[in-house]
Amino acid sequence: MTEKTVPVKKDGGDIQATREDARYLIPAVDIFETENELVVICDVPGVDQAGISVGVDENILTIEGRTLDREEDLSKEIHREYRLSNYHRQFELSDVIDQEKISAELKHGVLTITLPKAEKAKPKKIDIKVNG
Amino acid sequence: MFNRSNLAREMDALRRSLDQVFDTVPFVRPPVSRFAFLPGLAARQYPLINIFDDENRVYVECLAPGLDPEELSVTVENNKLTIRGEKNGKPKAVAPEAYHRSERAAGKFIRSMDIGCDIDPDKITAEYKHGLLLITLGKSEKSKPRRIQIIAGQ
Repeated sequence: MTEKTVPVKKDGGDIQATREDARYLIPAVDIFETENELVVICDVPGVDQAGISVGVDENILTIEGRTLDREEDLSKEIHREYRLSNYHRQFELSDVIDQEKISAELKHGVLTITLPKAEKAKPKKIDIKVNG
Repeated sequence: MFNRSNLAREMDALRRSLDQVFDTVPFVRPPVSRFAFLPGLAARQYPLINIFDDENRVYVECLAPGLDPEELSVTVENNKLTIRGEKNGKPKAVAPEAYHRSERAAGKFIRSMDIGCDIDPDKITAEYKHGLLLITLGKSEKSKPRRIQIIAGQ
């Protein structure tokens, strides 16, 4: 899978207006391949069910996560090492993937996406007829 | 020629605009930043923590996705908070050569920090939610802020 950043496709208009103020982080991923599928594992701490979205559009897999709003300003900050940010990352899929059957699971801030291979891409054994 | 306050303002404006560049332009940032939650070499820097407090409590939040809450341990001793656990490694069934990308690190970690005030050991709660470990430590009575009654003299 190749990494991809897709430019905004919208025609015309003010480009500045399409930009968001929010910061995005590129989440770390593991991608491995088995005989029948590709598995993408992605760390997105601070994102709940409602905040995660995984989509495929024109062969581009998009992972997006919106972090929870935490009411941090209610208390005084003593020490800070991280800031929760939104996540965004895209990958280009090849024809090998059956895009209809992609599934995803979120558990403890880790997103697991299973991308099954299309039937035609799976390894096949050809029966050989032996005559005589 | 610059006068002093003008120069300071110019410098500040420059710093702001540079900050803005680093905040908004995605390709200036490294592809996987410090937020990659990698224990790796900096095991003592894992998990990353934020600490907040108010009058009655201290809140410690840790960025630690993908842990098994059963294996996570939080202890408090002499106002020193210690978090230890293990981030699960890669599934054993998968051969190393089957990996296309491997950016997430794994391993055991331990991190302790001194909480700067007296903690009531009976008022500690910890919750693991969406990859964040949220620890709430109740302050003991003597470290809570106290309002001093002022006696008005005649």
